Amino acid sequence: MLFFILRRLGVMVLTALALTFIVFYLTNLPPNLEKLAKSEASVRMTDDQVVSWIENNGFNTPVLARYGEWLGVLPGWVKTMDDGEVRGRCIPKGSDAALAPGYCGLMQGTWGTSTVFKKPVTAVLARGLGQTGWLMLAVMLVMVPTSLVLGVLSGMREGSRTDRVLSTFAIATTATPEYVSGVIFIALFASATTGISPILASWGWIEGKTLFMGTATSAMDNITFWNFALPVMTIALYGIGYIARMTRASMTEVMTAQYIRTARLKGVSFRQVVLRHALRNALIAPFTVIMLQFPWLLNGVVIVETLFNYKGFGWTLVQAAGNNDIELLLGCSVVAVFVVLVTQLISDVGYVFLNPRIRLS
Amino acid sequence: MEPLSWGGVFSGIFVQFMPVWISLILAYAVSIRFKRRLGLFGKLFDSPVGMIGFGIVMFWVFTAVFAGMIITMDPLAQFSGSKNAIVGSALKAPDDGAYTHFLLGADHVARDVFSRMVMGARDVLKIAPAATVFAFMVGVTLGLPAGYFGGALDTVLSFLANLVLAFPVILLFYLLVTPEIVKTGIPIYFAAVLFLFPVIFFTILFNSRFFTNPPKRNLFVGLTLVFGLWAYSGLAFNMDPTGVFSMDPNLLNVFVSVVFVNSPGVFRIVRGMVMDIKTRDYVAAGQTRGEGPWYIMLWEILPNARGPLIVDFCLRIGYTTILLGTLGFFGLGVSPESPDWGSTIDDGRKLLSIVPHPALVPAIALMSLVLGLNLLADGLREESLKD
Repeated sequence: MLFFILRRLGVMVLTALALTFIVFYLTNLPPNLEKLAKSEASVRMTDDQVVSWIENNGFNTPVLARYGEWLGVLPGWVKTMDDGEVRGRCIPKGSDAALAPGYCGLMQGTWGTSTVFKKPVTAVLARGLGQTGWLMLAVMLVMVPTSLVLGVLSGMREGSRTDRVLSTFAIATTATPEYVSGVIFIALFASATTGISPILASWGWIEGKTLFMGTATSAMDNITFWNFALPVMTIALYGIGYIARMTRASMTEVMTAQYIRTARLKGVSFRQVVLRHALRNALIAPFTVIMLQFPWLLNGVVIVETLFNYKGFGWTLVQAAGNNDIELLLGCSVVAVFVVLVTQLISDVGYVFLNPRIRLS
Repeated sequence: MEPLSWGGVFSGIFVQFMPVWISLILAYAVSIRFKRRLGLFGKLFDSPVGMIGFGIVMFWVFTAVFAGMIITMDPLAQFSGSKNAIVGSALKAPDDGAYTHFLLGADHVARDVFSRMVMGARDVLKIAPAATVFAFMVGVTLGLPAGYFGGALDTVLSFLANLVLAFPVILLFYLLVTPEIVKTGIPIYFAAVLFLFPVIFFTILFNSRFFTNPPKRNLFVGLTLVFGLWAYSGLAFNMDPTGVFSMDPNLLNVFVSVVFVNSPGVFRIVRGMVMDIKTRDYVAAGQTRGEGPWYIMLWEILPNARGPLIVDFCLRIGYTTILLGTLGFFGLGVSPESPDWGSTIDDGRKLLSIVPHPALVPAIALMSLVLGLNLLADGLREESLKD
């Protein structure tokens, strides 16, 4: 078991290094650096000036060396300008070069500064992740119980009418990406001209113009049901169908097992069989599926935060990518890669722990 | 001109889709008549779910084919004074003989929503199935040897596949689908690698089948190489001397990224199925007869894996459609003017709570196409399991 976890960890570190290097390479392509030079210094720079800016800011070294510096395993670059000023990766503007540390990168906790927000990357990310944390918490609270109940109910009696109805619902939700369900939700519940809001308003049942709010900006300070329900439902809906289908498949498999038949023949009631005997084994497979849903939720988070204008992690990622904010984008991808790999590890290890058959063999 | 009522709008749309209805009726009539001779496809018509899915998918396929006849106006034309016109409203100054109403309203720059939605179907169905086919070629060509030989090859390829799968899709798109990337030429390198796989696949396919019969082998392999490399030079490098095959750099970039994201998934499925099937007796029999590994992989294992692969193919076209929509939604699409559904949703979402129809129409169109593909896959899975 220990060896298994160690090997998984090794592969994980290798994957993380490879992925961050790819992101680093793609964000540090020459055209991106030229764009950065123009946005940082002056838009009307000549080509020569751009080249010298790139040189003076340490972007002309080989990519691998810069990646090492960014990671914090190689010492940061130091350069003496013509006028005697010493510049370097680890030397903030206007400070004494002699006091600066040799290494400054991810490992030393230096994540750089965001050019869009003019703040340290860590601060921007912490704020975004805090906001997204609430969103994810709400999504999990809605998505996991709903999908498990739906899956168990439809897998309990395969082919019954409940099963048909719920399976069709599950297929429909997996066919509805977040940007589609979000648009439909807003049109139905948060539009002053269409959907149910005008009707409710004319009856005098709601005070404002719309039932739900079309943006979640106000939820960043104060989460209420009316400003948070739509974004949460939008993300949860896409996952519900998928997890429910997996739960159904696992439940139908368990329900045909020998020991369930034995229990039924011994006269245990159907209810007892489902709750006591089937459920425990049927929920092993969905556990992995829920864990592996995290990368997908990340997708959903980006779309929903953009659509509902909720300034969390996903919104930050879009801002960073859209504005060529290299250091922030790198920070975002470190977080994203970390989340994806950790959930994969948890799902692998958890599966082995939960499933006694694997432990024995 | 009076605006149309809801009834008028629906009958107007129904009339415009007339070529689609006729083709759908023909398709169903032919398929049900010859159902017993059509194999798995024919069996689809035994399952109601599959039939509904097939209907929805074919509806959009025929819409894409007859888009030129269905549209009521030029999808890119702007009609002054009709910004955000509501559903069924009349044109301010219609030309003689031209269509007089916006069937599904107009968008924020006064373009006809209905015509854009119909033309969008053509855009989506031009890219999604083709990208899925390429992803399958890559996934199959790499997945077969990885599963069959195992060992170091399998370890390396699986690591690479997991690497791509662990990448958050949106991040990858933001890194790959940008104008800067087009400038560096990276999409061309990607295309150079990914587009080579179909050529390799068919070359090996024919070579392993006919290598005992050199004249025939030379004919087939020669044709594949000539035709394949001709298309390859045009699609990947835009250097086709005759100009038949070419691809816009933006389109190439989108296409390559979608193929790249999809192929590891196919790889994993194919690899898993090969590892299962290679333990069967008929594979052992083939090995004892002295058949080559590629013959066994391509002509004995692959045909026996077709059921799940066809199902996955349908699901994956739907998934690709969603991915293309996501790209459009973030403004990374083929071109800003393009009527594809994702970009149209993106255009419409800024005024969503006041005028929802420009975003709602493509959203529902996209959902119905993906739903149709999912239902079709479900029907196919059910019927293929009955054997």
